Amino acid sequence: MCCLTESGKVTTDVDSLRSDIRDKSVRVIDARREEDYKQDHISTAVNLPLANLLSDDSPERILKLFNSIGIDNETSVVVYDDTFGALASRVAWTLEYIGHSDVSLLETTYSNWKSLGLENDSNVPEIQSKDHSMNLQPNILATSDYLESAKERDDVILIDNRERLNFLEQHIPGAISLPYRTLASQDKILRPKEDMKRLFENRGVTGNSEIITYCGSVGTLSGLAYYALKSVGLSNTKLYVRSFKEWKNLQKPTAKQEDATYWDLSAE
Amino acid sequence: MTISNLKQSRSDSVKPKINWSRLEEADNFAKTVKLFRQGKYDADSFRRFRLQHGAYGTRMTGDYAMVRIKIPAGEIYPNQLEKISQLSEQFSIGSAHFSTRENIQLHWVVLEDVSEIFRGLTEVGLTSREACGNTIRNVMCSPLSGVCPDEKFDSTPYALATARFFLRNPMVQNLPRKFKFNFTCCEKHGMVRMVDVGLIPQIREVDGTSQRGFKVFLGGGLGNKSFVGYQLEEFTPEEDLVYTSMAVLRIFDRLGDRKNMARNRMRYLVNDMGWEKFQNLVLKERAIVRATQSVITKLEVDHTPNEIKRPIRISDESGESAPEGYARWLKTNTVKQKQSGYSSIFITLEAGDITANQLNALADLIRDFSAEGKGRFGFVQNVALRYVYDDDLPRLYSKLLEVGLAKSGALTMTAPIGCSGTTSCNLALTNSHRLSKEIQRKLLELKFDEDDDLCDSSIKISGCPNSCGQHGIATIGFFGGGGRLGKDMYANYQMSLGGRSDGDTMLGQTCLRVPAKRVIPVILKIIELFKQNKKSNDTLQSWIHRVVNNNEDSEIKSISDIKKVLEPLVVPPTKEADPDFYLDYGNDTSYHTKTGKGECAA
Repeated sequence: MCCLTESGKVTTDVDSLRSDIRDKSVRVIDARREEDYKQDHISTAVNLPLANLLSDDSPERILKLFNSIGIDNETSVVVYDDTFGALASRVAWTLEYIGHSDVSLLETTYSNWKSLGLENDSNVPEIQSKDHSMNLQPNILATSDYLESAKERDDVILIDNRERLNFLEQHIPGAISLPYRTLASQDKILRPKEDMKRLFENRGVTGNSEIITYCGSVGTLSGLAYYALKSVGLSNTKLYVRSFKEWKNLQKPTAKQEDATYWDLSAE
Repeated sequence: MTISNLKQSRSDSVKPKINWSRLEEADNFAKTVKLFRQGKYDADSFRRFRLQHGAYGTRMTGDYAMVRIKIPAGEIYPNQLEKISQLSEQFSIGSAHFSTRENIQLHWVVLEDVSEIFRGLTEVGLTSREACGNTIRNVMCSPLSGVCPDEKFDSTPYALATARFFLRNPMVQNLPRKFKFNFTCCEKHGMVRMVDVGLIPQIREVDGTSQRGFKVFLGGGLGNKSFVGYQLEEFTPEEDLVYTSMAVLRIFDRLGDRKNMARNRMRYLVNDMGWEKFQNLVLKERAIVRATQSVITKLEVDHTPNEIKRPIRISDESGESAPEGYARWLKTNTVKQKQSGYSSIFITLEAGDITANQLNALADLIRDFSAEGKGRFGFVQNVALRYVYDDDLPRLYSKLLEVGLAKSGALTMTAPIGCSGTTSCNLALTNSHRLSKEIQRKLLELKFDEDDDLCDSSIKISGCPNSCGQHGIATIGFFGGGGRLGKDMYANYQMSLGGRSDGDTMLGQTCLRVPAKRVIPVILKIIELFKQNKKSNDTLQSWIHRVVNNNEDSEIKSISDIKKVLEPLVVPPTKEADPDFYLDYGNDTSYHTKTGKGECAA
C-alpha cells in the first residue's frame, strides 16, 4: 500500500488495489454520481459523489462526511472515478486537506477497470462510522487573496489546466497553460513518471518553485494536475480550489491572447 | 466537461508501411528550444531550425507555434488519425486544420511542447520535418491516384519514393526557397502546372512494349505573382524521374535568388531566364547528374499492391432505407472508381477544420468502410475514403451524419478553400478562414451543390496576396486586403475570375475589390448573371472562361461588363449606417490591418 506524503506515490495500480480489497486493508471511494454507482462499482467501494462533497465543503462538514464512510487517521484510501481521475483527485485532495495522508488515486478509470473484467458488483457495503481528527493543511490550499500576492513572486508558477482555447480567451495574468489532457497517457490517468517529468521540465516547471494550479470552477482538473506534479516529486504545490470561476466573480484582473481569432471552432 | 474514452487502437488496422519519423529529432528540438530561451541560440538560426522541423510561428506571438504534419502522398492511416486527435487535445486546441497541400496542422502549440508532439508522431511514423522552411515540402499526390478511371497508372508509389528520397537529403536542406512536388492521376484531377514540379503519369509504346513515364511540368506556382508551368519534354521515362528532379533542384540551388525573398521561388528564375534556356539547362544538368552518380541512384518505388480486403460487417442493416439527404450526398461527394463496384467518397470540412472527436470517428470509418484500410487527403482541405463498396454507401452516409462529416457538395463549388487567415497567420489581412465557412453555409442552404451548372467551378480565398488559399486558380477567387472610407477601415477582397488548374490552366483575371461583407451577394449576383446569359450546355466555369477570354457574345462580353453590374453592390456604407460592414467575419472589434513578419521565406 502506498501513501502520498511518505512514499510520494500518487496512484495505486490495479493489482495492488485488488489484493488490498481481498485483504480488506483499504477503503475504496467511488466519486461518480449515485446512479452510476448504483449500477455497479468496484467491489467494496463506497460512494461519495463529488457533488455531494462540494455542496458544503466546510472542513467540519467534510470531516463528518469522511467519518461517515469509515475513514479514520489510519485508513488507507483509494479513490476512483470515470472522469480521467479529475473527480477522484478533488476528493483525495480534500482528504489531504483535513489532514489525512494515506490516500491515492486508482491509476485508471472505472470503465477501464470494468473492461478488464475486474471485480465489480452493485452491493452497497455496510459502513461503520469512524473518527478522524482535524489537522488542516493550509499549505496545499491557495485562496484568491493568497494567489493575488503570490503570483507576483518570481518563485511561483501558476498553472492553468483548462483547455487551450479557454486559456487563450481568458486567464489569470501570468499563468501558463497546461491542459489537463496533457497529463494522461493512453490508458492511465497520469503519464509514466519519466514522461511526466520531461513534460514539466520542458515547460520550466521544476522543484525550485512553488506551484499553484487552477481550472474552471471547482478544482477538479487542477486537482489532477496537483497529483501529476506530486507524482514527479513536485510537492510544493497548492490548489486554487475555487479556481477561475471565483476569480472572475471577484472581478480580479484577467488576461487574454491578443490578436488571435481561432476560437470559432469550439463554439460549433 | 466532456472526454473521449482513453481508447485502445484496434488490432485490425492497416499499419503504415513507411516510418517518416526520427525520435532523436524530438530530443534535439527540446534541447534547442531550451538553448534559445537561455539566449544561447540566436533568433534567426533558431527560426530556421524550427521551420526545418515543421514548426511555424503564430500570429503576433513567439510563445506558440503551429506544427505542420506532413502526410506524404496524402496517405493517412487510422492509428495516425487517432494519434493526431490525441495530440490536438493534449497540446493544441482540440481540433486540427487540413491544409491544401496534404498536411494537417496543429495550431496554438506552446513552443516548449512542440518536441512532445514530435515524440507522439514517432509512435505512428509521422513527421513534420521539412514541412516548412527552404526545402522540399510535402510531396503531394492526387487523392484519386490508383482509382481514377482516366489515369495511365497509379503514381502514388512514385510520390512516396520521391518523398523518401529527398526527406533529410543533404542536397535540399538549404534551398533558396521552398520547393514543391505534385503528382497526379490525370489532367483533370491534379494541379501539375501550378507547382515547381508537377507530374502526370504517361505510358509510351516502344517496340511493342509499354514503358512508364511522366509528363513533367516545371516552374509553375501560385503566389504574390503566379506562373503556369512548362512541360519539360514529350515523355520522361520513369527511370529518369529521380535524375530530372535532382537536375532541377541543383539548378535552383545554384542559380536561385537567395537575396530577394519576395521573388525567389523557382518560377521567378524560370521566368527571368526564359523557358527555353531553363529547359536546356535542365536537360544538360540531367545528363551530368546521370553520368556522375558513382552508384546507380534509383528511387525505391514500392510496387507491392495494396491489399484490398472488405471490412467485416458488424451488423446487417441492409433492409433499412437510406437517410434523408443521401441522394444529394451521393451525387456531390462520391466518385465511381475504375475498379467496378467501388466508390471513393469525399468529406468536406469547413475551411479544413476538424475536431478531435471527428478525427477519431474518421479513423473508425476508414476501418469499417475502406477496403484499402487507409484514407487519402485531397487538394482542397478535404479527405477521401476509397474502395468503399457501393452497397455500403448508404450505411457509410448514416455514420457520417452521426459525426457531422456528411456535408454535401464536397466535389462542387459549394466547398470553398479558405487559408487560415487572421485566425493564426502572421501575414493575413482578413479572416479568409471564416469567410469560406460563411460562403459554404450559404451556398449549401441554397442547394447550389445540386446544380450541375456549378459543380465544376470553384471558390478559393486567401487572406493576403500570398495565395495559400490558391485564389489564382479559382473560378471565383479572392485575396484579402484593407479598404477605407474616410478614416474607417474594412476587410476588402480583390476578386479574380476564370482561374483554373486543369489542362487549360490559366490564372484568374482581376475583376474588382469586394468588401468582406459583400462577398456573398457578389457571388450570388455572378451566378444570377450566368443563369441569365448561359447557353444550354454551359457551366459557370465554361461561361466565365469565354467571358475572360472575350469570346462571349451575350450582353456580358468581358470582365469589365461583369464589373459594371457588380459595382453598385460594393459601395461602402458609412459606419453610422452599417457598423457591421466594418467588422470582419469572426471579429467583434473594428477592422484594422496588422501583420507580423512572414516565415514562408525564412
